[in-house]
Amino acid sequence: MSCLQTVADYGLRSIGIGERLLPRADITLCEQVTLIGSGMLWNIYFGLLAILFGFFSATGLALAKNSAYKPLRKAAEWFIFIFRGSPLFIQFFFGYFLFLSLKQSFPLFDAFTSAWIGAAIVLWLNTTAYSAEIFYGALQSIPKGDIEAADAYGLSGWKRFRRITWPTLLRLAWPAYTNEAIFIFHSTTLVFFSGFPALQQKGDALYYASYFADKTFNPFIPYPILAGYFVCVTLCIILSFGAINRYLNRHLPSSKRPRLRLRPQVIR
Amino acid sequence: MTTGKHLAFYASFGTVLMLLAVTAPLALAFGFFSATGSRAQFAPLRWISQTYMALVRGIPDIAFFLFFVIALDQGIEWLRHQAKCPDWAEPIRQGNDFIVCAAAKMPLNNAPESVHQIYGFALAVLTFAIVFGAFAGNVLAGAMNTVPHGQIETAEAYGMSHRQAFWRIIVPQMWIYALPGLSNLWMVLIKATPLLFLLGVEDVVYWARELGGTKNIRFTEYPHGDWRMWYFLALLVFYLLFTKVSEIVLSRVTRKLSRGQATAGGEALRKAGAAT
Repeated sequence: MSCLQTVADYGLRSIGIGERLLPRADITLCEQVTLIGSGMLWNIYFGLLAILFGFFSATGLALAKNSAYKPLRKAAEWFIFIFRGSPLFIQFFFGYFLFLSLKQSFPLFDAFTSAWIGAAIVLWLNTTAYSAEIFYGALQSIPKGDIEAADAYGLSGWKRFRRITWPTLLRLAWPAYTNEAIFIFHSTTLVFFSGFPALQQKGDALYYASYFADKTFNPFIPYPILAGYFVCVTLCIILSFGAINRYLNRHLPSSKRPRLRLRPQVIR
Repeated sequence: MTTGKHLAFYASFGTVLMLLAVTAPLALAFGFFSATGSRAQFAPLRWISQTYMALVRGIPDIAFFLFFVIALDQGIEWLRHQAKCPDWAEPIRQGNDFIVCAAAKMPLNNAPESVHQIYGFALAVLTFAIVFGAFAGNVLAGAMNTVPHGQIETAEAYGMSHRQAFWRIIVPQMWIYALPGLSNLWMVLIKATPLLFLLGVEDVVYWARELGGTKNIRFTEYPHGDWRMWYFLALLVFYLLFTKVSEIVLSRVTRKLSRGQATAGGEALRKAGAAT
């Protein structure tokens, strides 16, 4: 079987298109690369979804934590503490079993026990908490003069937020937020190891990598392939977030622009 | 609540704490070696420690955990195989199998169950130490570079050798600079402990799944429905409390170590002392 044939069979295997049975005997390098790559689709799906929704909810949460109204502030603080203080792995388990028992009383939650929505929600809440903490820190360090200048120009309320606070907030938070984005992509590998079932063996990249490691009993091939894919994804994030960083800082002289300091990755 | 399995569940909290207690110093040692290695004057040593620190940080840690457990196991068995059965003719990798002679199995096939468990735990500890050693190495290397350069120059002016300046000036002073990074690392390490489950150790996650599952009247005296949600809620609370306590302890330690240091924290303490 040629490599092209393998790509056609397994390229979209992770979303249920193509050959039904996974390769069992005589596993070739091509099959490993294709299948792990097809699993990456899930990682990218979860990561993009979490970043997209998480960005907006995190901005809201950071503002809530900064609010003068005490109940709102306390609620935001507790949310952030709970999601940052406990392991993501346990959060996945808890979320899965929570949805499982909700499902028994409300049929509405039927879909939530499958990974594509349940795990995405947990990831979304988790990244919301972490990013909100980053945004809150940035909110605290917005130069006083900027706000005073906005007041002097007669800007207030939504307009001040939209024109002054928010762009400055993003500018200050962006390097740390880039790390968070890299991080959430790496965390997506936990999904199928934490209760959420991989129906019909439709799993993510790590799921297939560990499948191959189990079958061939040789970890030295699938895991480096996986690592290669993740290095590519990380590079893509760095490039796109770097472009946004340049856009956010385009008004500054080039010597004063903050450079992205990349410290990708520590476990959650 | 006090059946044998429940006792095993409570004991598994001990497993988690023991993992932390063993891994933290070991990871610190790994980190210290790689940090000193990255400053070495001997270039290959420097390259090795720098690649080690860069590699482990760039790739999802879970992949590393899954990889190292098998890789270490096979590496140990391969070494023993080379030592104990030198006249073994067949190749070790036959198709999809990894075959070593019986004497090289680790642990031996006839070993008792507890040896298997201890070996699995030791592999897990080593894996954690390798991964977290890289993080700690980074923190320590940063801290070593932050020690004011004037101090090192002063040491050299007093005639200390490179080695003496390292041990007498840099090492005692670097801890305060390393502490924020190290305490962050400790928090991360706490939150990584449930991954033990993936390494095949019977830890809290394993028992929570096992005990919480639906129990039938046929098999147990205390039947109940699916309680796994509550067991995991308990784990969640356990970890939250644990992080909170560590946070408090670490802030005390920082305060203590800041005393008399040339940092903002140390300066604040000095002024507070002078004011009273």
